Amino acid sequence: MARAVTTQRKVTNTVIAWGVGLLIFFPILWTILTSFKTEAQAISDPPLFLFFDWTLENYAIVQERSDYMRFLWNSVIIAGGSTVLGLVVAVPAAWSMAFVPSRRTKDVLLWMLSTKMLPAVGVLYPIYLIFIRLGLLDTRGGLVIVIMLINLPIIVWMLYTYFREIPGEILEAARMDGAGLREEILYVLTPMAVPGIASTLLLNFILAWNEAFWTLNLTAATSAPLTAFIASYSSPEGLFYAKLSAASTMAIAPILVLGWFSQKQLVRGLTFGAVK
Amino acid sequence: MSTRHSRSAARLMMAPAVVLLLGWMLVPLTMTIYFSFKRYLPLRGGDLGWIGWENYVRFVTSSAFWPAIQTTLVLVGGVLLITIVVGVLLSVLLDQPMWGQGVVRILVIAPFFVMPTVSALVWKNMFMDPVNGLLAHLWKFFGAQPVEWLSDVPVFSLVLIVSWQWLPFATLILLTAIQSLDSEQLEAAEMDGASPLSRFFYITLPHLSRAITIVILIQTIFLLSIFAEIFVTTQGSFGTRTLTYLIYQRVLESQNVGLGSAGGVYAIILANIVAIFLMRIVGKNLDA
Amino acid sequence: MLQKTVLSAASVLALAAGTASAQTITIATVNNGDMIRMQGLTNHFTDETGIEVEWVTLEENVLRQRVTQDIATNGGQFDIMTIGMYETPIWAAQDWLVPLDDLPDSYDADDILPAMRAGLSHDGTLYAAPFYGESSMVMYRTDLMEEAGLEMPDAPTWSFIAEAAEAMTDRDNEIYGICLRGKAGWGENMAFITTVANSFGARWFNEDWEPQLDTPEWQEAVTFYNDLIQNYGPPGASTNGFNENLSLFQQGKCGMWIDATVAASFVTNPDESTVADSVGFALAPNREGIDKRANWLWAWALAIPAGTAQEDAAKQFINWATSKEYLALVAETEGWANVPPGSRTSLYENPTYLEAAPFAKMTLESIRAADPTEPTVDPVPYVGIQYVAIPEWAGIGTTAGQEFSAMVAGQQTPEEALDRAQTLVAEEMEAAGY
Repeated sequence: MARAVTTQRKVTNTVIAWGVGLLIFFPILWTILTSFKTEAQAISDPPLFLFFDWTLENYAIVQERSDYMRFLWNSVIIAGGSTVLGLVVAVPAAWSMAFVPSRRTKDVLLWMLSTKMLPAVGVLYPIYLIFIRLGLLDTRGGLVIVIMLINLPIIVWMLYTYFREIPGEILEAARMDGAGLREEILYVLTPMAVPGIASTLLLNFILAWNEAFWTLNLTAATSAPLTAFIASYSSPEGLFYAKLSAASTMAIAPILVLGWFSQKQLVRGLTFGAVK
Repeated sequence: MSTRHSRSAARLMMAPAVVLLLGWMLVPLTMTIYFSFKRYLPLRGGDLGWIGWENYVRFVTSSAFWPAIQTTLVLVGGVLLITIVVGVLLSVLLDQPMWGQGVVRILVIAPFFVMPTVSALVWKNMFMDPVNGLLAHLWKFFGAQPVEWLSDVPVFSLVLIVSWQWLPFATLILLTAIQSLDSEQLEAAEMDGASPLSRFFYITLPHLSRAITIVILIQTIFLLSIFAEIFVTTQGSFGTRTLTYLIYQRVLESQNVGLGSAGGVYAIILANIVAIFLMRIVGKNLDA
Repeated sequence: MLQKTVLSAASVLALAAGTASAQTITIATVNNGDMIRMQGLTNHFTDETGIEVEWVTLEENVLRQRVTQDIATNGGQFDIMTIGMYETPIWAAQDWLVPLDDLPDSYDADDILPAMRAGLSHDGTLYAAPFYGESSMVMYRTDLMEEAGLEMPDAPTWSFIAEAAEAMTDRDNEIYGICLRGKAGWGENMAFITTVANSFGARWFNEDWEPQLDTPEWQEAVTFYNDLIQNYGPPGASTNGFNENLSLFQQGKCGMWIDATVAASFVTNPDESTVADSVGFALAPNREGIDKRANWLWAWALAIPAGTAQEDAAKQFINWATSKEYLALVAETEGWANVPPGSRTSLYENPTYLEAAPFAKMTLESIRAADPTEPTVDPVPYVGIQYVAIPEWAGIGTTAGQEFSAMVAGQQTPEEALDRAQTLVAEEMEAAGY
């Protein structure tokens, strides 16, 4: 039986929730609005909300200064590559942890998470030296590997929790029917794990996209992603709010759009085993 | 059945992940430890020989060390507190019946998609700027003296910015947990005349405990290494120098790789202390 | 084993990394107006030489971190780096830079302003070519000065500055008598504070490299700076650097601003500045009885890291970007007032420029008044006016700068700030082995 809800209560909920939602979203909205103002309008007192002369000139200026598409493409490759590579490594590991657990499984999992606590600034020097030795500086490949390694523990853990939700009896049944390991993974496990894998993929894509320390320090011209793009707008030069807003909007727009379209998958899967 | 067979297969499947992470941990860690026992000044010719524990002693006896530890803990603790308290309230709210639930949910999770550098830049310039920032306009509108956010209440400002970024994450995980709550249990409690408040404290909150520990664990991992937000906003001024930032200053600003590496080792130790503490809690929950 | 795994994985992925073109040089540079203008004009260079240029444009702090990291590890990421007067002699001493002593005659290296040339050389050899150079001076609002019934002398004293700042401040209308740097950083507030200290007779180190922040001269200088900024400065001064103050001045919120001479062309540009037609200039102040003025010397310069495979192409670029012809090119496309200043003597002998740039005379005088080899009243073991040319300075300057920034924010007194800065500096120097 569904709980009876009075219309009045629903209205109250709606008003409060929308108010809070808009408040949280406001900084992003304000950034997007400001990007369409002129510099003078951007600092006008009192602030202008909707009634100003909408202009695209900031986008033109930003594009003229730095070729947006190249940074975007690098971001896509680095975030995408590291996520896919991460899944390739993590799926088997998570599978075996979930279905063939041993006494040490939990320890291994926790150890993996602890590697994420290595402070990046502390190891920048060693990593930089290794990258020089291997010729990986300013290559997308090098970044794909580093970012994959950074996010690998999270990927393994997320997948592990999904796989554990899959009832073992189904696997038993499949094995009875003579399914080998390969078939088991391919035909039984994978379909059931798709929502989990999808949300893992999304979360890690977002984390990789937003990673700003390694992507800034290990790149120069050829492989610099959007985090480096934004680093050239991070200090004011005369009036700069509108240009900064335009650059910011360009940097976050792709991931924002992706996130919005896929939020159902993300929400469905983002549990980390929080739900039993 | 073929337990033995699947055991070894399982080990083989884990191998790539374990080996990669082991390498990722050991190689830089070994090098960091190696540097930490050296006088290593790149701008003075690089490796100037072994100096034993000197870097370690110097790093902790520096007048900047304990304040940095304190700032780190306050920052992490503050963000955890805000994201969890607000996150729980928000997830309860979002679980209520309403119109346009999907859209509200999108609005709430949006900050998670914004890169830290961008969010720090936007907050610093367009909101917290004491002359042209939106908050300054708001304060002036109510006839108050605008707050100089980043210098008057710097740590709070950072906590605010970082909380804004991580609130969506906490809310999402808590929301999925809340949605799994058996509604019959709540209804039964309601019939028995339990007030909404006691229903929340005796049924909802205990149900969320597992989700909360997971939020704490994951966020702590990310928050301990917060860097971009500080770099963009205060550059470590006004008592916002965290341990991570202090190491950055030693390695990159002072170009003292040995000293910074010793700091890195301390940071790893601190992280592991926190980790062991957290994992005790979560580890228990993982069994459940 | 790991290395192999990483390597093979990398080579697979490297396929995605695209193909290299004929000859391309990579230049790391800072995101200020003159450099961005240069990027816009690069196609002229490519047309002339066929050499493609890749730009890595970064905010100043990020740039410093990136290029220092790269050169110290011999990373080889950049063929040209944009560096300052501080880095040049230190890096040159490590043999990290390619000497620029073989530029063609047409380049006319003798035309570079002597002060700039001296600051960018090591043992008499030029290691970085100045793209633009600057000193610091007083920029003030002539209209506000008139309203206040005062007249700015060409060479003001600190007490006059304080008097004028008081007279011009009008908080109700958001006009602040004086805007000064308060944002922490060795290239931000410490550059300014160090020049104030110099003009009060203070110095960073004595001849035995002992930090001198506990002396009465520092006490006086820092207290004076703090009083100025607290009483007549804008709100949030502790987070204002060069760019923030520039923005405030352009919006008409500052009565005076003591900062880099390059700002003069921005504050007098009517497209950007609301007060363009009412800006006057004066030499940086001194204190009565002390002949050192509070003006600094700085240049953003282009240098080639040793070991680059593209040395010749990089030299061609430097030869183009810091030449007289480049100045003429900017003049042609952007007008003479927007030419990068402070690098060449011939620019200051060009009547068209002198007419187009009302600030030219004062800029040149300020640059001439600065002497990096004798920055202080008492003798010092270091070179550099608003910096100390030792590798540790960046760290020292920034940590000390944070203490002074906290002072401006009202979190500590000048005494406390100096006390803590002295401790931190002593620690850093000890760690570096002095």
